[in-house]
Amino acid sequence: MNVFLARHGRPLISITILVLLFTYFISIHPRGLTLGVVTAWSNQGTALALLAVGQTIVVMSRGIDLSIGPILALSNCVASHLVDGTPAEIALGVVAVVLVGTACGTLNGLVVVFGRLQAIIATLATGAIFSGLALIVRPIPGGSIDAAFADVMTWTVADTIPAAFLVIAGSALIWYPIRKTRTGRTIVAAGSLENAAYASGLPVRRAKVLAYALSGFFASLGGLYIGFQTLSGDPSIGLSYTLNSIAAVVIGGTALTGGVGYVIGSIAGALILRTIGSLIFFNGIDPLAQPFFEGMVLLSAVAFGSLRLLRITHRLEMFK
Amino acid sequence: MGDPILELSGVGKRYGGIVALDSVDFKARSGSIHAILGENGAGKSTLMKLLAGTIRPSEGQMKVDGAPVDFRSPTEAARAGVVCIFQELSVIPDLSVAANVCLADPPRTRFGLIDRTRQIQIARRIFADMGVGQDIDVDARCSELPLSKRQLVEIAKALVRNPRILILDEATSALTASDVQPVMRLLRRLRDQGVLILLISHRMHEIDELADTCSVFRNGRHVETYRSGARTDQQVVQMMIGRPIEQIYPQKSDPATFGPTRLLVDRLSWTDRLKNISFELRAGEIVGLGGLDGQGQQEILEAVSGLLIGVEGTVTLHGGDGTTGTGSFALVSEDRKTGGLFLPLSVGRNLTATGQGAFSRFGIVDRKREQAYARGLVDKLQIKVGDLDSAVETLSGGNQQKVVLAKWLAVDPDILLLIDPTRGIDVGTKQEIYRLLRDLAAAGKAILIYSTDYDELIGLCDRALIVYDGQIAASLEGAALTEENILSSALRLGVTSPAMQEARA
Repeated sequence: MNVFLARHGRPLISITILVLLFTYFISIHPRGLTLGVVTAWSNQGTALALLAVGQTIVVMSRGIDLSIGPILALSNCVASHLVDGTPAEIALGVVAVVLVGTACGTLNGLVVVFGRLQAIIATLATGAIFSGLALIVRPIPGGSIDAAFADVMTWTVADTIPAAFLVIAGSALIWYPIRKTRTGRTIVAAGSLENAAYASGLPVRRAKVLAYALSGFFASLGGLYIGFQTLSGDPSIGLSYTLNSIAAVVIGGTALTGGVGYVIGSIAGALILRTIGSLIFFNGIDPLAQPFFEGMVLLSAVAFGSLRLLRITHRLEMFK
Repeated sequence: MGDPILELSGVGKRYGGIVALDSVDFKARSGSIHAILGENGAGKSTLMKLLAGTIRPSEGQMKVDGAPVDFRSPTEAARAGVVCIFQELSVIPDLSVAANVCLADPPRTRFGLIDRTRQIQIARRIFADMGVGQDIDVDARCSELPLSKRQLVEIAKALVRNPRILILDEATSALTASDVQPVMRLLRRLRDQGVLILLISHRMHEIDELADTCSVFRNGRHVETYRSGARTDQQVVQMMIGRPIEQIYPQKSDPATFGPTRLLVDRLSWTDRLKNISFELRAGEIVGLGGLDGQGQQEILEAVSGLLIGVEGTVTLHGGDGTTGTGSFALVSEDRKTGGLFLPLSVGRNLTATGQGAFSRFGIVDRKREQAYARGLVDKLQIKVGDLDSAVETLSGGNQQKVVLAKWLAVDPDILLLIDPTRGIDVGTKQEIYRLLRDLAAAGKAILIYSTDYDELIGLCDRALIVYDGQIAASLEGAALTEENILSSALRLGVTSPAMQEARA
């Protein structure tokens, strides 16, 4: 039990916080606990949760993806052109959007690995490029996405469970088998101790490219999901998503120093951030105050991660 | 013994201008435990890295089983049957023991996913083979294990690849007594199965007990290979040293001229790295800390300077006027690139970094006085620099080191703590630094220096404390301060280590 807590304590804390916030949210919601309320709540958090999963994988490899928001925006804009029409057209459109996002992510990985650039600069630059492409694809918000299909994705399955739940659960389930491949394990190993991973003969470069590609993949799913909610494309939505995805990862208990990551924790982190937004709305607080509360939560999460400083035995380790 | 499974001819490795290995010819046979001996920096580790595929030779040819090989990565080396157990651990801290053991080539299920059940079985089997099966929880995460257990994981990781040439680079140094014996038994068994085991170890007892062949390296050259037991310890040490000590050191002071105690260290302990360290340092004295790398020398200096947390024991400073607790000291760190200099900043800015108070008013720096102050330091230490405004990274290594020293001398410390101050700099500058340190001592400073260079301990220091496993193994001075004595104390010759005693029992 102690071992279990030591390994999973951080994500468990974020899940607990999420449950408390959700309970409070339901208690003040005028309609209480109904399927509709839960569905609307989960819809709001889905895109960010998808992004957080992708960001977690990159962070585990000791990288960071600042272009994740722009990829989401680009995917959303591409979706507003392609995901419409006959079922076959819709299916092809969805595939195309996912391919675009994954290609963007792969490009990031190649630049970071073979260009030997720092991830923070490389993805800042590619992020600007993806934002530019999004604006070219759709200069002003608009376009259309098939409403019937969007309804399926944003309402409930068999009137019992919000479709968004399944999307979120599915995204988490994509990572776990990948983690059990040699390349997937190398993502964790490279983030943990890169030179040791290399000395052990692991495919470090391939793993890092894969991490960024997955990040792009999840960003494209996020962009699609926003399209399902708005039925249109908007090139300007990316920026806040990048920062929030990093915040969700940190709140979920993943350290930015790599090696350890909690996909489930990051999903909880994303839903925590979105629940705070809803709470502010239903408490009648000025929505402009939302960043203030999000900042407080983020700061507490980071402070929690700094508890290790109390245990160090060498003062210079403080600066590592 | 079998045929030569490993053959090196004319193999060399250069790093820039520095020759780490110099046209080495070397042969080793299968079914043998072959020890590689040499001082720090003799080229042993470079040789092992070449074989393991982490670096590539600048010249020469390596042959495994008579076929030429050129390893571009550890993976290629492993495919040819050459596996290295690294001194710096290559265990991934965030993965489980079983995952680490099977790291390079994990067992897969039908779907290509890693098979955890079989992975655990493989790990259990390997540890059982090693004779330590009951000591290791293969489910534990490696970051949760103590160093000695992680070392066992490291060994298991190599064994799982069925090596024909197994390289152990100080692989037993971190093991506890109860784990050494099973590992030794395992190595003998592997030898009997026809594996070539290349053993780098500083533990002479271990080499006596295990090795059938020994090769001595010195300054990147292969000196001699002999059958184990064919040379006395004295002869071996002689071979490892092999050169006269150059006359680059200034005249030592007469111990009678040493002043009062400046630094008193009493029963200093820290985690499991330092054990009961006591010594004193007097004004005018230069004391060296020596021994094999990483036995706790650096930690002693760090503990004295207050960098370590959780230190037990006392450190007492005595000021120039004899009052207790008033002395000042400076720690000149070991790596000028990371701990000593602001590389992109100018020489002037680096020199004045420690003395801002001397030339600022109300916290505002007076540029003119700062310049004059820096100029004074440059003249005093004869730092070869055209322009005080040029970046310090443009200077040569020797001059960079002088800048580091100068900035600390500027605060006029009573006690100077130095970590390897002459590493990687030319002989001429070394000589100047030795002269400078001797002059400082003569002027009443107390100097404590950790040096990995035995020459330096002998030539420069009035007294050398040899550290072994976090303890002071010997204090050598006067006629007893010889390279033979340093090496014997550092290797614990003539003293059976507790670990060995237990392992034999």
